[in-house]
Amino acid sequence: MPLDNVVFWVFAPISIASAIGMLLMRNAVHAALFLVVNFFCLAVFYLILDAPFLFAVQIIVYAGAIMVLFLFVIMLLGVDRGDDLRERLVAQRPLAIALAIAFVVEITLAVRAGIGFSTLAPDGFDAVNQPGNAQAVARVLFRGYFFPFEVTSILLIIAAIAAMVLGQRKARAVTQAELEAMEVGSA
Amino acid sequence: MRTPIAYFIVLSGILFTLGTLGVLLRKNALLIFMSVELQLNAVNLALVAFSRMHLEVDGQVIAFFSMVVAAAEVVVGLAIIVAVYRRRGTVDVDQARGLAG
Repeated sequence: MPLDNVVFWVFAPISIASAIGMLLMRNAVHAALFLVVNFFCLAVFYLILDAPFLFAVQIIVYAGAIMVLFLFVIMLLGVDRGDDLRERLVAQRPLAIALAIAFVVEITLAVRAGIGFSTLAPDGFDAVNQPGNAQAVARVLFRGYFFPFEVTSILLIIAAIAAMVLGQRKARAVTQAELEAMEVGSA
Repeated sequence: MRTPIAYFIVLSGILFTLGTLGVLLRKNALLIFMSVELQLNAVNLALVAFSRMHLEVDGQVIAFFSMVVAAAEVVVGLAIIVAVYRRRGTVDVDQARGLAG
């Protein structure tokens, strides 16, 4: 059995189990930790799919930055006391599960009709990844996708400003008369 | 590489479905948000797998863009959740029914 097959069959069940764990955990902190496990599994898949740059980015950005942000907000809000699991919509849960099963079956059938379960990836990705994967990604990024790249930088700035605006606590407006009254009071 | 690409696509579909279930079934806004992250990651896996199959790096570039957009989305989304928590004292989405008739 080739090595990447072994890696796949070890990490695929772990990734699915951690996703289910995230789904079932009542405690938000536990769910976040399960999600970190899932992100690490996906990073390993990127590695066996010959994308080591995305492997590093996945661990740094997702498992590192984004999940730390999530945990930080969970701690900030103190919402670790578990979820209210009462359903308010009738039959939402069984319908959702039926829909999920139908969706998985549909994807499996579509993949079988489309590319088939025996199609192996062609060799020769090393030639594409010359001289290295990061360089290959940079070549495509800065030649073919330069405008979207610049737009993303604007998007990030807007997101940072939006977070600041949403996060600030609004102080009550103080009128000039109140200010003068305060000065008179202190004098 | 001897693992068929279809396995990765099906795995990505399963993870996406689990993320969808999380969005549909959970009440905590933070957990719904984490499920959305799971969905985004599942789609990234499919993009990278197709990139490997077609011997093109473009799929990886798109996955990279989707990570950047997801980072921006997390920043804004968590800020909104914090703002909702300050106003209502809860992040239960069923409590946010100010527009209900």
